[in-house]
Amino acid sequence: MSNTHADTVSYVRDTMLMQQDPPSTSVGVVGWARGNLFSGWFNTILTILSAAFVLWLLAGIVPWVVSPTWNASSLTECREILAGHEGACWGVIHERWNQLLFGFYPQELYWRPVLALVLLLIALGPILFADFVSPKILPFSAVYPFIGAWLLWGGTIWTPVMAALGFVVGYGVFVLAQRFIVPGLAFLAAVLAALVWWLVIMPFALPDLARLIPIGLEAVQSRQFGGFMLSITIGVTAILFSLPIGILLALGRRSDLPLVKWLCVGFIEFIRGVPLITLLFVASTLLNIFLPPGTNFDIILRVMIMVTLFASAYMAEVIRGGLAALPKGQYEGADSLGLDYWQAQRLIIMPQALKISIPGIVSTFIGVFKDTTLVSIISMFDPLGLANAIRADSAWNGIYWELFIFIGAVFFIFCFSMSRYSMYLERKLQTGHR
Amino acid sequence: MTDTAFDTPAIDRSAMKVSDEVAIDIVNMNKWFGTFHVLRDINLTVNRGERIVIAGPSGSGKSTLIRCINRLEEHQTGKIVVDGTELTSDLKNIDKIRSEVGMCFQHFNLFPHLTILENCTLAPIWVRKVPKKEAEETAMHFLEKVKIPEQASKYPGQLSGGQQQRVAIARSLCMKPRIMLFDEPTSALDPEMIKEVLDTMIELAQEGMTMICVTHEMGFARQVANRVIFMDQGQIVEQNEPEEFFNNPRSERTKLFLSQILGH
Ligand SMILES: Nc1ncnc2c1ncn2[C@@H]1O[C@H](COP(=O)(O)OP(=O)(O)OP(=O)(O)O)[C@@H](O)[C@H]1O
Ligand SMILES: [Mg+2]
Repeated sequence: MSNTHADTVSYVRDTMLMQQDPPSTSVGVVGWARGNLFSGWFNTILTILSAAFVLWLLAGIVPWVVSPTWNASSLTECREILAGHEGACWGVIHERWNQLLFGFYPQELYWRPVLALVLLLIALGPILFADFVSPKILPFSAVYPFIGAWLLWGGTIWTPVMAALGFVVGYGVFVLAQRFIVPGLAFLAAVLAALVWWLVIMPFALPDLARLIPIGLEAVQSRQFGGFMLSITIGVTAILFSLPIGILLALGRRSDLPLVKWLCVGFIEFIRGVPLITLLFVASTLLNIFLPPGTNFDIILRVMIMVTLFASAYMAEVIRGGLAALPKGQYEGADSLGLDYWQAQRLIIMPQALKISIPGIVSTFIGVFKDTTLVSIISMFDPLGLANAIRADSAWNGIYWELFIFIGAVFFIFCFSMSRYSMYLERKLQTGHR
Repeated sequence: MTDTAFDTPAIDRSAMKVSDEVAIDIVNMNKWFGTFHVLRDINLTVNRGERIVIAGPSGSGKSTLIRCINRLEEHQTGKIVVDGTELTSDLKNIDKIRSEVGMCFQHFNLFPHLTILENCTLAPIWVRKVPKKEAEETAMHFLEKVKIPEQASKYPGQLSGGQQQRVAIARSLCMKPRIMLFDEPTSALDPEMIKEVLDTMIELAQEGMTMICVTHEMGFARQVANRVIFMDQGQIVEQNEPEEFFNNPRSERTKLFLSQILGH
């Protein structure tokens, strides 16, 4: 151009250039390798060194992993098969995988947790993949928690039905109370009503109902739960409930009503100030002291409540961050159109605040899921607890790596899926530059 | 300022009709932010069909005044009556007034997670309980009116500032408001986009919409306003019809202000 400019100021192109392919050194495998691995002598050396390191690692690991011990029934048998060579003893996974997955759940009833998991995936469909799954399934998603719990624990069908009715009662009270008092207080009233239903009316009515109309599945005790089934049960419950509770806590913390505000702040700060293990100990031992004697308050339920509360407090802070990042204009825009508080929250504020908070929310989810392994401290058989139990068997005494690798791999699959999902969601919700 | 009394001519000088029906009545209204007396003894009556422009130096309380009219800010003493409903802390009254008073902001305040069409149909569907189909038809009607129907399925982040402000106007209009408030609708826009927004507003004025507009666009004020109000230090210092206001400002503050914004 500068040449053209120097000769004559005016310039008109008379032939247009055709599009050409880029030079082969900048595209394809060769181009990629040139650009990313061998650009300059320093990078080339780094690439070669890293490749050598990876190869060295693989040379150590692969022979150990590929070991013909799948059918061994004890550590001694493994050693015989390996005949002095180094190698993993996969027999333990082969023999005990069902225990690692289901704990001491009765073998003939394995179909129930499996069915519960399949139904869970169906119920999550319209929530996680709204683009691909019809929202017609949503009512099923709403009742799934009760179906899932019933499948896992069995017993009379009236327990889940009555528990579900508690929510109906709460909602009814909320709608009614909202006519007379501000939404925040109406919500408190609803929570109180639901608690009364669950803690007073339900224990009172259940035995009679179960006797009058006996429909039910064979009951399974909580101490028979174990392995990944236990982790998933606790983890999924905590994840599902911590999000809505966290949202309410975050909103409460920003409320204009001092009572609501200080209750929420107090709760959040208390829970965050205490290690989860402490809460679990409270769940397993102390709670018995406060409950009226003779009440049979299921240990898994207690743990789930504690883990949920713990996760909710963290969730509340993550979401509060998202709320704080929203410009004040969004609230004003919603207000000026005449939307009421809950409409504005649901339609304008939360969709944006949650979107901003996705990475934090998913981190909290992943953290909670992994924290479920802490329940082995209060002698519940999560996968790690089971690993100890398996080692206590003389046949497998001394086996460590194989169990931990298996457990680690399964956890990794779950956590990595969550992490990938969050990235998918962030991309999906991208709506132009702001 | 010593003199607080002004004669309010409010003569209907254009083809745009002004009725004697009162749309907004503000009586002895005061507001404080903490201990700061931001609005002092405001008295203002706006008739239906009137177009009022509020001008004044930064920090004089213009935004606060019009935000009090739809209760984005709460006044402490005095009375504000909008469309016959007095603004009290009763939530029902507030939501009713807000759905009848449209407002456009300096920074548009569109909802970035919703498409243009969804921005426009949201409030009609949830507040007015209009069926979705009907709300969409209304929205398209107003988007055509502000001349951007082809952008309906885009997101606000993909539009230019001027287009966004026109969407914001359309969004307010979808609620079929009887009064429109504008808070510096053009001051965040590049010069070439100001005209497209002002044209939309002029069209609105010609249809007889009651409008209160905080703006420094004095051309707009001359053309459509039937009253210009000058505010300073939280008070209404002068109000007059535009010709008089610009040609014969009476107070010293007004003269100074006009010389500053028209001077260059
Ligand atoms: N939320 C608030 N809290 C405390 N003071 C405020 C608040 N909002 C505004 N003010 C103060 O009130 C005064 C009037 O503000 P206002 O926004 O109404 O001015 P304005 O006339 O619209 O100015 P501008 O032309 O800059 O928009 C200013 O001094 C401002 O600092
Ligand atoms: Mg302002």
